[in-house]
Amino acid sequence: MGSSNTAVEALMGKGYAQGFVTQIESDTLPPGLDEAVIRTISSRKEEPAWMLEKRLAAYHHWLTLREPNWAAVRHPPIDFQAISYFSSPKKRPQLGSLDEVAPELLATYEKLGIPIEEQKALAGVAVDAVFDSVSVATTFRVTLAEAGVIFCSMSEAIREYPELVRRYMGSVVPHKDNFFAALNSAVFSDGTFVYIPKGVNCPMELSTYFRINEAKTGQFERTLIVAEERSRVSYLEGCTAPMRDENQLHAAVVELVALEDAQIKYATVQNWYPGDSEGRGGIYNFVTKRGECRGDRSHISWTQVETGSAVTWKYPGCILRGRDTVGEFYSVAVTKGRQQADTGTKMIHLGENSRSTVVSKGISAMFGSNAYRGLVRVAAKAENARNHSQCDSLLIGDRCAAHTFPYIEVKNPTARVEHEATTSKVSEDQLFYCRQRGLSQEDAVSMIINGFCKQVFNELPMEFAVEAQKLLAVSLEGAVG
Amino acid sequence: MLSIKHLSAGVDGKAILKGIDLEVRAGEVHAVMGPNGSGKSTLAHILAGRDGYTVTDGEVRYMGRDLLGMEIEERARQGVFLAMQYPVELPGVNNMTFLRESMNAIRKSRGEEEMDAVSFMKLVREKARQVKLDEKLLKRSVNTGFSGGEKKRNEILQMAVLEPFLAILDETDSGLDIDALRNVADGVNRLRSPHRAMIVVTHYQRLLDYLEPDHVHVLAGGRIVRSGGKELALELEAKGYGWLLEEVAA
Repeated sequence: MGSSNTAVEALMGKGYAQGFVTQIESDTLPPGLDEAVIRTISSRKEEPAWMLEKRLAAYHHWLTLREPNWAAVRHPPIDFQAISYFSSPKKRPQLGSLDEVAPELLATYEKLGIPIEEQKALAGVAVDAVFDSVSVATTFRVTLAEAGVIFCSMSEAIREYPELVRRYMGSVVPHKDNFFAALNSAVFSDGTFVYIPKGVNCPMELSTYFRINEAKTGQFERTLIVAEERSRVSYLEGCTAPMRDENQLHAAVVELVALEDAQIKYATVQNWYPGDSEGRGGIYNFVTKRGECRGDRSHISWTQVETGSAVTWKYPGCILRGRDTVGEFYSVAVTKGRQQADTGTKMIHLGENSRSTVVSKGISAMFGSNAYRGLVRVAAKAENARNHSQCDSLLIGDRCAAHTFPYIEVKNPTARVEHEATTSKVSEDQLFYCRQRGLSQEDAVSMIINGFCKQVFNELPMEFAVEAQKLLAVSLEGAVG
Repeated sequence: MLSIKHLSAGVDGKAILKGIDLEVRAGEVHAVMGPNGSGKSTLAHILAGRDGYTVTDGEVRYMGRDLLGMEIEERARQGVFLAMQYPVELPGVNNMTFLRESMNAIRKSRGEEEMDAVSFMKLVREKARQVKLDEKLLKRSVNTGFSGGEKKRNEILQMAVLEPFLAILDETDSGLDIDALRNVADGVNRLRSPHRAMIVVTHYQRLLDYLEPDHVHVLAGGRIVRSGGKELALELEAKGYGWLLEEVAA
């Protein structure tokens, strides 16, 4: 139906609700990257010498690498010398009390609909709010401290828990892993550190909201979560970014370490600026996320709902090193307008009886392009490894694209690896059916899409499942097949 | 309630309906019969507002309003219900939730309060028992993996819950075994009311054995070629459509 398509595009072309810039003075390094910049970052953050050495080693390795080009995405080349590698709010408030946080910042969170105040009171969620590159507010620290849980910014962790950081940082994603991981290891600005001691079930959901706010400033977050033996933790990151004219590079590294019988659940709701209708100005999201089930019977689960960014390149994976370990990946990725996503997971089975589950739901609308790229590798010693992958693509309209690239490498004959893939469209029959039962077209689309994503939403904490549903409804408002 | 005058319509320039006249009053059950390709389903679709058809002539008034000028959901909210020949699967959409959303959308449009969850559950369970739909299916995704008979029963359940004023059943009997057919017919009979009209589109007589329509119309070549009482259906069952078509042609 030609006419309804036009209506859809008018609706979907709706402005990005989170597009605004907070007026706050920033202390920003001039664009460019060399050894001096890295030394400056390190010294401004008052880092110990070993950290600087790690950064420099990563930088020198990065210089030998070339930007990868194998992903099914297209974008103009990135000028790494045009990026500023450090930015921090100038009026750096004292940590500990929200009253001391700059009011503009609080207002920003209000606009995003994530008032910290309310979250403190209602959700029981501790928030480590990252505004640009420096953590400015951390709540619930006392409760967490009583349980022995460490939840702080990476800069702080480097100063206060150097042994832990030294021991685990780079142990899952070494700086030699890939181009963007090397870059991040050299210039990472800040991020989050979580440590759950032995036997502790983290008393609350941990959550970090990221926000990129400084024009031309790349954001290089570094997150490290360590779950000791028999501990459990659930972590959620959610992101929005204000509207910008130039592409912003985001190259984060997230590392998870689960020791014996530990369990880590990591969920992401990502809604960065996707660019205008021609794809100009959106965020480039090139992230390396990996968890290692280092101890026997440990369990790592990734859940992601990705609706934003102009270009996404992201493969949260699990190294299943221990015996009887479990890795899971649940993903919803939406591409519309000119958005491109090449995303999936890597499940590396090293331990006996390791099991993994992959559920990927890709939704493409308008000119969006969505690729699932997944690797399942079963090493020779991984007896009785099991994997089940399910990749479903939903197309809205006839100008979008969905691709699936499964890579399966099995070196042990006892392995059982299953891959299922489907592609479907939001059909006119479905829309007609819903509308004939009295639902508006928008409600019908939202219902069908949420149905498609249900398996993934079920893995999110309750309040975020609701948020994710709303996010999806907003991003795909009025979409018609 | 429904007044169709000289309705002509087609798809992609091909004429399918060529001047239909039909008057349906509250309380009546009309059967529309006819051979394959006669335009029966097209008529049902046009009344429900399905895209893709072009109305070239005529008008349809429903409760005094111009039905063809109303959006699909608006018709539904005003009490037009189409039980579909091929009920659509909605994977991941809970059957009960779908029905509740549907009912609330309709109630809301009429300025009524939403029904509370407990009363709603009770109502749906009761209706599901009546149409002999396994309660487990209420918790499943809409029509997903349902058998043909289950899908049709689910349509009748929706109709029973939504209580339309004008119910159109598009070949609801197709593909049903005799038990399912009887369940469906019972469900439909239970909904007969002086305030409700029904149009039952069917190829075969057998559903009409249970439904006893007040009027039977034979659609052929895009026209109603014969109208009569329920005895017309019996005649068609005995003699097929051929004689009628010849008579019309002659």
